[in-house]
Amino acid sequence: MASYIGSATSRVDGRAKVTGEAKYAGEFNVPGLVHGYVVESTIPKGRIVRIDISGALEVDGVIDVLTHRNRPQMADNDDAYKDEVATEKGSPYRPLYDDIVLFSGQPLALVLAEDWETARVAASLVKVEYQKAPHVTDLHAERANAFAIDKPEEPRGDAEKAFASAAVRHEAEYFIPTEHHNPMELFASTAIWDDGKLTVYDKTQGVQNVQQYLCGVFKLKPDAVRVMSPYMGGGFGSGLRPQYQVVLAVLAARALKRPVRVMLSRAQMYALGHRPATIERLALGANSDGTLDAMTHEAIAVTSQFEEFARNDTGWGNLLYKSPNAKFEHKLVKLDVPTSCDMRAPGAATGVYALECAMDELAVALKMDPVQLRLQCYSDRDQGADIPYTSKQLRECYRQGAAAFGWDKRKAEPRSMREGSDLVGWGMASGVWEALQMPTTVRIVLTANGHAEVATAASDIGTGTYTIMAQVAADMLGLPIDNISVKLGDSTLPQCPLEGGSWIASSVCNAIANTARAVRGDLLKLAIGMKDSPLTGTGVDDVALIDGKIISRRDATRAVSIASAMQSGNADRITREEANKVAEDKSRARNVHSAIFAEVRVDEQLGVIRVTRVVNAVAAGRILNPKTAHSQVMGGVVWGIGMALHEETLFDHRFGRVMNANIAEYHVPVNADVHDIKVIFVDEPDEIVNPLGIKGLGEIGIVGVAAAIANAVYHATGKRVRDLPITLDKMVQFN
Amino acid sequence: MIPFQYARANDVADAIKQIATDPSAKFIAGGTNLIDLIKYDVEGPSRLIDISHLPLRSVEPTSAGGVLIGAMVPNTDLAYHPLIEQRYPLLSRAILSGASQQLRNMASTGGNLLQRTRCFYYYDTATPCNKREPGSGCSAIDGVNRINAILGTSEACIATHPSDMCVALAALEATVHVAGPAGARTIAFADFHRLPGNTPQRDTNLEPDEIITAIELPPKGFSANYSYLKIRDRLSYAFALVSVAAALELDGDTIKEARLALGGVAHKPWRSTAAEAALLGQRTDAAAFAKAADWLLHGAKGYGHNNFKIGLARRAIIRTLGQAARGTPQSNSDKKIR
Ligand SMILES: Cc1cc2nc3c(=O)[nH]c(=O)nc-3n(C[C@H](O)[C@H](O)[C@H](O)COP(=O)(O)OP(=O)(O)OC[C@H]3O[C@@H](n4cnc5c(N)ncnc54)[C@H](O)[C@@H]3O)c2cc1C
Ligand code: SF4
Repeated sequence: MASYIGSATSRVDGRAKVTGEAKYAGEFNVPGLVHGYVVESTIPKGRIVRIDISGALEVDGVIDVLTHRNRPQMADNDDAYKDEVATEKGSPYRPLYDDIVLFSGQPLALVLAEDWETARVAASLVKVEYQKAPHVTDLHAERANAFAIDKPEEPRGDAEKAFASAAVRHEAEYFIPTEHHNPMELFASTAIWDDGKLTVYDKTQGVQNVQQYLCGVFKLKPDAVRVMSPYMGGGFGSGLRPQYQVVLAVLAARALKRPVRVMLSRAQMYALGHRPATIERLALGANSDGTLDAMTHEAIAVTSQFEEFARNDTGWGNLLYKSPNAKFEHKLVKLDVPTSCDMRAPGAATGVYALECAMDELAVALKMDPVQLRLQCYSDRDQGADIPYTSKQLRECYRQGAAAFGWDKRKAEPRSMREGSDLVGWGMASGVWEALQMPTTVRIVLTANGHAEVATAASDIGTGTYTIMAQVAADMLGLPIDNISVKLGDSTLPQCPLEGGSWIASSVCNAIANTARAVRGDLLKLAIGMKDSPLTGTGVDDVALIDGKIISRRDATRAVSIASAMQSGNADRITREEANKVAEDKSRARNVHSAIFAEVRVDEQLGVIRVTRVVNAVAAGRILNPKTAHSQVMGGVVWGIGMALHEETLFDHRFGRVMNANIAEYHVPVNADVHDIKVIFVDEPDEIVNPLGIKGLGEIGIVGVAAAIANAVYHATGKRVRDLPITLDKMVQFN
Repeated sequence: MIPFQYARANDVADAIKQIATDPSAKFIAGGTNLIDLIKYDVEGPSRLIDISHLPLRSVEPTSAGGVLIGAMVPNTDLAYHPLIEQRYPLLSRAILSGASQQLRNMASTGGNLLQRTRCFYYYDTATPCNKREPGSGCSAIDGVNRINAILGTSEACIATHPSDMCVALAALEATVHVAGPAGARTIAFADFHRLPGNTPQRDTNLEPDEIITAIELPPKGFSANYSYLKIRDRLSYAFALVSVAAALELDGDTIKEARLALGGVAHKPWRSTAAEAALLGQRTDAAAFAKAADWLLHGAKGYGHNNFKIGLARRAIIRTLGQAARGTPQSNSDKKIR
């Protein structure tokens, strides 16, 4: 039987999705369902003086309006609101808790009605009177108030001194504006109380995280709460923390003793988390041969007034480039906005953007090819921890990416590659992310008819988790993939971490391997128990499950069919639950890498930029499914195009409000902006990172893409734009 | 959003009668703009009079040699109509550069003229806006005004009219046919949209109880030398930062007649007789185009974020006139129409 692992298997849930059979959090209809619509604050800071709900209550079909004054009880301490990804420092936001306004778009009331439209109409009649307080929402204006958080990475040597005496120096600041996730699916939760038990259908990347959070907030016993999220229309990090609508739905269901659904509008989703606006300062000092002597990376990022959110922006240089002297700093600025949160490759998308632009500028200063510079500084060790990698095929990424792109035909001089009125530019960058594994338990139920159910509490956020799990289970159990059913997105299933950080594939698949091994052990016992068993004397690791049989690895003629083994042992099912082994080994660094090559064409007069070609060569261990993997990386590249050229949440700081809170005016790339994208997976066998050699692909696709494009724009035009997005008005001096 | 009544109009007379009896009623055609505005609480009509079924869906040649377009003709049908594609390709290209296929399928010819501005503040009821709430102030003048106007602005409002189709219609000198309680009349396209002045709440000279029934194109379509260039923040599905409609009649490389209109820069499609006159009798070269651009942009004023539009418009005009003169209407920097 052909192996499923590594094959381009189509999504096992594809049919359910395109036929509408797959249900999302806002689609679970139960009799007597009440619909909630949120009334948000229009000011960023202050107090609620009065909420007049009388107009709303008069509307036919309105049942009630919940505010901080009449809501049911909820916990009154910070710990209760701390979910798995809550920031270490700070007080998590408590929805509808009191009269304090912390950000514009904060929910202040929930209108409950028999249908959604009525709730929405009535919500527009709720009148809120505020006592305003002075607010701040501008990172640049508040920069002087930035404060440093714990050192992200230890310094080495004396970076300042080395920089001052370096033969070639580059120092600059880069800026990434606030960005929002904009998943297609709106955030929604449906909460149902039944006989003291709470069931919630939620849009979330972590059902067990939401389950524990709700237990805290509502002081409930774990077995009284079940959270489900079988499918998700995109998360990208926005669904890692429980979002406020789930609290509102549960509050309302409690108050009304009826099932309640709360669905947010697109505009309201701009008051959930966001990628923080970040200023990045890079100072690179090099010897004239292109080796680095000094590397300083500082980040100043936005957080809310009430929580300190920070991710690793500055440490990536330690993984990519050798430098004897290095210094890192991460500062935060508190603004009157919701707490920033994870968004695809948090920290790396922004930090590596700045680092890789700075490297490009250094290459220009050195008059050196940008790929050559990276090879010159190439680090075979994690400089911070001073340890080698489990594997690192980044050199191959550069080589294969450059070859596929035709990099050797690049003319070094900016503005030297023209075509008609277009300036053509070629740029490149490196990408890096972590290859993590988290403790995960998987349950397998094998039935005598040769079917298996594989279950864990993961969420498939659209990446293809259902599919890769079915592939791995089919191979490990020796069954056709159609005989595998995968169950996910239910908090009562075996423990699984949040779907984030690119760790789900490695965690879940290695757990499947371990559980399958246990199942194999049980089967072998049954087989050995058979009269004249050909497998007598073999141990669990001496046999494999192939084509519905338990087969000796050494002698394929020694085999027993799974069906007959189970039959003879009178076993109609075998149920096993095992966890993966998460390596404690700190002696090796675990990372994925990539090299991105981009071509842009810039209209010299008008400044219009088109990204006509991108090659992204990725080394990420074993690729379980080239088809879903390709989609994942291609999506990252498209997002990188958006980050480079389009995406920006526009604030009016006078009002402290987002002005483009809709997907007509918050621009992401559309088809016309996306041209030729080539994804290459570089072979990277790795038996150390984890038994299956899986590294994960969720984030790496976007990392470095914006830098490659920005560098290509410079190469095309000779103009360096350091603050994203690179819009045409930044390209051309139009007066 | 507030509850509203819904009624269908049986014919044009019925539509006029219905709107006259209820001053807070609104016509709804494709609904692609009005429904958004209702959802944002910017519009709150007591009643929607559905005119989408009115028999105003034909595109017919006129005896004068032009074309009459019914107000209910969907944008898509109009763009791909053989008469328009062949004789008025400028109009076809302008329409296809706008919105998305789905929106163009719904959007009507009449509704396109009457779509409201995309100024961010107009859509956000938490901020002051003179167009939405006269007298409350203009947030855009000192605010996020990257997409706002540089020409014909007032202290009360710096909004733009966002339509692409209208820029072509202005250049082609279309006529708007309307009907009201006092009977039918026509309005020259140049007189249809207004500048904001101190009544920014009024976008057009259409009376509230009047209905657009048709758009008439004059015989001249400039199908040999035309170009519509739309510059925007992504290559499709975005409103124009600046757009240019150019149409030329040439004798060799001498300009016999010129039409030039700008979108995305003013409260109405922007034309200037001086600019077009300046092109007459000139050779089709960059110097002549630059002179026309200077005339057209005379008095342009930036408000901070949108300062770049002045220079961008100048270059876009020169580019578009060049494309029109050469008979190569498409630019790489624009979305591929075909
Ligand atoms: C996301 C998005 C992107 C867009 N991008 C573009 C773009 O790039 N370029 C562009 O040009 N446009 C764009 N549009 C706008 C679109 O072209 C208009 O919304 C559309 O043309 C309006 O036509 P409608 O028939 O849907 O009007 P409706 O929404 O039905 O009506 C609009 C207004 O006109 C009134 N009205 C309609 N018909 C008549 C009539 N016959 N007589 C009197 N009053 C009438 C209505 O009462 C209402 O006030 C975009 C729209 C959206 C939502
Ligand atoms: S420019 Fe006009 S539409 Fe925009 S805020 Fe000012 S008054 Fe309102």
